Amino acid sequence: MPYNIKEMVNKKARFVAGHRMCAGCGAPPAIRTILNALKEDDNAVISNATGCLEVSSFLYPYTAWKNVSYIHTAFECASATLSGAEKAYEKFRKDGKIPQDKHTKFIAIGGDGGTLDIGFQSLSGAMERNHDITYICYDNGAYMNTGTQRSSSTPLHADTTTSPAGKVLQGKSQPRKDLTQIMVNHNIPYVAQTALFGNQKDIYEKAEKAIYTHGPTFISVFSPCPRGWGYPTEDLQAIEKLAIDTCFWPVYEVENGVYKITYKPAKKLPVEEFLKTQKRFKHLFKEENKHLIEEMQEEIDRKWNYLLMMEEVTNKE
Amino acid sequence: MAIRERLSGNEAVATAMKQINPDVVAAYPITPSTEIPQYFSNFVANGSVSTEFIAVESEHSAMSACIGASAAGARVMSATSSQGLAYMFEMLYIASGMRLPLTLVVANRALSAPINIHNDHSDSMGARDSGFIQLYCENNQEAYDNTIMAIKITEKTKLPVMVCYDGFITSHSVENISLMENEEVKQFIGEYTPDEYLLDSTKNISMGPLAMQEVYFEKRIELAKAMEDAQDVIIEVSKEFEKITGRKYGLYETYQLEDADYGIVLLNSTAGTAKDVVDELRNKGIKAGLLKPRCFRPLPYNEIPEELRHLKSLAILDKSDTINAYSGPLFSEITSTLYHQNIQIPTINYIYGLGGMDVTTQDIKSVYMDLQEIAKTGKITQVRKFLFDNKEVD
Amino acid sequence: MSNNIYGRGAAILKDGTSLDVKTGSWKNRTPVHSKEKCKNCMLCVPYCPEGCIYQKDSILTNIDLDYCKGCGICAKVCPFKAIEMKDSKEEI
Repeated sequence: MPYNIKEMVNKKARFVAGHRMCAGCGAPPAIRTILNALKEDDNAVISNATGCLEVSSFLYPYTAWKNVSYIHTAFECASATLSGAEKAYEKFRKDGKIPQDKHTKFIAIGGDGGTLDIGFQSLSGAMERNHDITYICYDNGAYMNTGTQRSSSTPLHADTTTSPAGKVLQGKSQPRKDLTQIMVNHNIPYVAQTALFGNQKDIYEKAEKAIYTHGPTFISVFSPCPRGWGYPTEDLQAIEKLAIDTCFWPVYEVENGVYKITYKPAKKLPVEEFLKTQKRFKHLFKEENKHLIEEMQEEIDRKWNYLLMMEEVTNKE
Repeated sequence: MAIRERLSGNEAVATAMKQINPDVVAAYPITPSTEIPQYFSNFVANGSVSTEFIAVESEHSAMSACIGASAAGARVMSATSSQGLAYMFEMLYIASGMRLPLTLVVANRALSAPINIHNDHSDSMGARDSGFIQLYCENNQEAYDNTIMAIKITEKTKLPVMVCYDGFITSHSVENISLMENEEVKQFIGEYTPDEYLLDSTKNISMGPLAMQEVYFEKRIELAKAMEDAQDVIIEVSKEFEKITGRKYGLYETYQLEDADYGIVLLNSTAGTAKDVVDELRNKGIKAGLLKPRCFRPLPYNEIPEELRHLKSLAILDKSDTINAYSGPLFSEITSTLYHQNIQIPTINYIYGLGGMDVTTQDIKSVYMDLQEIAKTGKITQVRKFLFDNKEVD
Repeated sequence: MSNNIYGRGAAILKDGTSLDVKTGSWKNRTPVHSKEKCKNCMLCVPYCPEGCIYQKDSILTNIDLDYCKGCGICAKVCPFKAIEMKDSKEEI
């Protein structure tokens, strides 16, 4: 059944309005579209790490989670909490307590801080133990709920409140930790990196594959943050497009080790096009910092060429 | 019909878990509780239980997985010790705050630093404010019995339960034990039917919100009240247990205390040693007695003072220290219950057995000797003494 | 089946209760949807962070101003300029 946006938007809502995410936040559109990939009569248990999405979507007694059950326990154990729920489900199915035709999917959701840093061990454990779960990381490149502190996912040289651009130091000095690649090396059946672009075919189909591939799967979704990155709220689509057209955020999937880059920009843009739209990179456009932009371009090209190579190598017959 | 057996504490608890056959067990190895997930993994591999076993990558994830499974509606158990319990610390408060029934067995072991694998109560005492019910066990029989009773207690109170017994002294020492039949255990614990759970097919629920001031405080009051009400539930469950096994459990045990002049209050395996000393002193006409709380959370604050009211002098022995420059946790909590009943007994605190230091009958005798002296003079030179430098008392 | 939604431990026994929260008061600008220009391509619908752009049988019906926070994404996403952000102070 080929993808059709008119059908996709008609799917049962799993995340509804009334939540307190900032105006223009990039996370809810991504999470809503991903959860639309659930089959109409499938249920789901969402295990959410502490973070923007969690505190904004379940402020007692208001829950934005609809047609799914939801649990938040702490910051670093969304995956471990979900592991327990998934095994309880497996036990109930074995005991015949759940009718065979009713299916519940197990989905963990965390921000980059909750996934790449504090929740990394719990994620790695759950993936290694082969639980039938999907982990969605909405990556906004810093600890946004607490006001834009640096995480391991913060881009090289980006200004955050704990890696500020100053007279001596120029923003974050380490390149971004590439969790998607680390997940590929957990030898799990499906890993993908995606973003919102076009008619959302890419993100939706990857979500469908991740949720309905048996075993542990992982999706890292680009999640622009107007407040933390410093750009006008209305520019979500433009920011996402620039991220994929500069290959700042490669869009690809790895299925049982086979790489497939699912978006290749017709014309690969220099990283400046992406950087110049956001305040967090403003300091890089000073004369004395121009070389830092070159460093960022080198890192992006190194990663992009690696992906091109992996796509070629892993698709050879 | 009871089954006569000879088992270590860990074997006894693992047997109880096999008979309980919980839905999910998530555990991580740590001395001295490691043997429990080890024995249990054999039951899983050999099909003598139908439990889903999750070999998690840390104790923090063990408690998180237990919370997820319990929230999903499963009957859940785990076991840990010392650093493992400390690593679970954040999640213990979340399990009780979310009112999730689950049973955690703790083979008590000292907390680092320095690292030490032997027994004391610093781990479970470190978690005494976590909102868990805490049952303390003197020997492998009590460990077995309390583990089975914990299932009914947690599912009735909707408070997680910690069953604590001494690492190595109880966990690794083989003693005679009387086991229940499998059918007796099944019948006693019954089928678990959760009422608010993630996998409820009739409705989708959300658990674990952000709560602002008023709601947060309201929920903490509900938790405190649940702990208050737990005392009656524990008594009621223990009565049902007695009907099947004949073994009587209250919130605490007294030993020759009714007419005693000198009393000791302490937890777990040292009670065995103390009972021998009480018998020996009684033969010499010295009226010694003992009170051993089984239930430290909730604290039996009404009954315990009544049991101690008549004593001439009292010693409270702590196998952990609060490092508050004054006294151990058992001492500060028991004396505060006396205070509110206006009971003025000269009471002293001993910190003993830390890091697994042997506790001999000689040590306990020296305490009763001190109590005789204090009863005579009414003078207490030092509120807290370390039962460490009393070696030479004959 | 009791309809009490307040569970133990601060659980909420009903889904989607956030719909009671009208976040529309956040906005200082308002999207105005022109039915004439709209081609019902649905591109704006998934982009709305509130999910408050409604459609029925593939026809875009309205933007729910009870929830719209005025972020302006839909206006920029629309290929046909069928949505225009108006300063909220003006009466629409």
